Amino acid sequence: MYSDLIIDLSKNPLNKRIIKQATNTHSGANITCGDHVRMYVLLNKDNKISDCSFEGEGCAICIATSSLITEYAKNKSVAEVLSWTEQNIFEFLEAEIGASRIKCALLPLEVIHGALKEK
Amino acid sequence: MSLSKDTIREEFSLLKKHPTLHYLDSAATSLKPQCVIDAMNEYYAEYSSNVHRGLYDLSERATTAYEEARKTVAKFINAKSEREIIFTSGTTHSINLVALGWARHVLKQGDEIIIPLLEHHSNMVPWQMLAKEIGAKIVYWEPRKDGTLDPTDINKYLSRSTKLLAITHISNVLGTLTPLKQIIQKAFSCGVKVLVDAAQSVSRIPIDVQLLDCDFLAFSGHKAYGPTGIGVLYVKEKHYDNMKPVFGGGGMIREVTTAHTTFNDTPHKFEAGTPPIAEAIGLARALQFIKKLGLSAIHSHEKALTNLCLKELNIIEGIKIIGPAKENLHESIISFTINGVHAHDIATLLNEKNIAVRAGHHCCMPLMKWLGVAATTRASFGIYNTEDDVYALADGIKNVRKTFKL
Ligand SMILES: Cc1ncc(COP(=O)(O)O)c(C=O)c1O
Repeated sequence: MYSDLIIDLSKNPLNKRIIKQATNTHSGANITCGDHVRMYVLLNKDNKISDCSFEGEGCAICIATSSLITEYAKNKSVAEVLSWTEQNIFEFLEAEIGASRIKCALLPLEVIHGALKEK
Repeated sequence: MSLSKDTIREEFSLLKKHPTLHYLDSAATSLKPQCVIDAMNEYYAEYSSNVHRGLYDLSERATTAYEEARKTVAKFINAKSEREIIFTSGTTHSINLVALGWARHVLKQGDEIIIPLLEHHSNMVPWQMLAKEIGAKIVYWEPRKDGTLDPTDINKYLSRSTKLLAITHISNVLGTLTPLKQIIQKAFSCGVKVLVDAAQSVSRIPIDVQLLDCDFLAFSGHKAYGPTGIGVLYVKEKHYDNMKPVFGGGGMIREVTTAHTTFNDTPHKFEAGTPPIAEAIGLARALQFIKKLGLSAIHSHEKALTNLCLKELNIIEGIKIIGPAKENLHESIISFTINGVHAHDIATLLNEKNIAVRAGHHCCMPLMKWLGVAATTRASFGIYNTEDDVYALADGIKNVRKTFKL
């Protein structure tokens, strides 16, 4: 499960910053493990994601997933990102995450979905 | 029976089934020796019947076994009488029973309950719920920097309004032992009643409720080599005068009319419904198993492993022991963090090496907040653990650091 991709991104995640002029933001947490993520999205006029970032703390799975989501979401339409499921996350991570840790991978997805559904 | 590695592990069929498993989660639940499983199976296979109401041989045998189990528990903690032993479903149930059956009728608005910050949620939430209902106040006892409780600190929290101290014997996160005797003496001299959470201690520290002079004491069967679904509440007999049943139903009554019910004697009036019969029998067997091994032999075995583990972990770079770093101050439980690795990643990677540990807040969120950590990884020992398990853990942690390129 702990590939180089996951380890490296968890240590040096991409897009871990605040977007001051973000049009959409949302936060979420897994209380049981103390993971918390906040997503920042900047939408352009065509409802496309022109920038995406995150802030937060968490386990390697959660941070690597946050990094990958913010990377893959750029230049995508809102509808496309909203259609992502856990299968897309496994593809990004190049790994399947087992039942005991799936919540860690799904938290960033839930948070970006929450951000995109915000008006 | 001795604590030699080969004979003791033979008693635990789970370890035979999983010969490469390093089970380091006994603080969550201990494994069950075959004699406990056999005693419960014997009840189910040979004399399974309900207690107290049957007029036939099997029911009499079940009733005797259930009531003998109560006597075994009473003797194990040196209660004055088996009437002081109530069977519950576990520590959580026991503490809630004190809150709802006793404190709710004795405490008044403005009264204070002292609770150390390191308590398990099961010794905090029931008090918060009750305090809200009756307008009582909870006063939180802050430990020393290393997580231990200074018995003289209780003076800071005692007031004229203090009515109850609810306190753990061993912290399930830090593994620290509470100096109960001194604390209870002080509380006693101020007329404060004391409830002891013995969930983590009953299987390793001798408990004598008369010597301790506590008012209530709670523990679970499943952390003491016994089954799940059974626990004990010890109640100093005089407190029964102010205690009322929380649940009504069969078994707890003497006579019921449509207008009125009279209750059964103590402790039966606190055990409404069909009790956990097989579980009580299993628990009694587990306590006999502990007695036969000897608490002092168990304690020194676990202490040696815990100290070895502290020594092994302390030399690993980036590791931080939560609570006292010194040897000898941990009772079978060691919580730690590794700089740069989340507790859940540690536990998942250790699992890949067949090492079972727990990670998270361990049902102690206020303690975690006080410690300033989101989660810890916890290794805990039982009588079946060996030095092998300790070395596997140390190697496992080195592997975690390697995986994380630290
Ligand atoms: C110190 C302490 N108190 C109470 C409990 C609750 O025990 P149970 O869940 O068996 O009711 C535990 C178990 O996690 C514990 O470690």
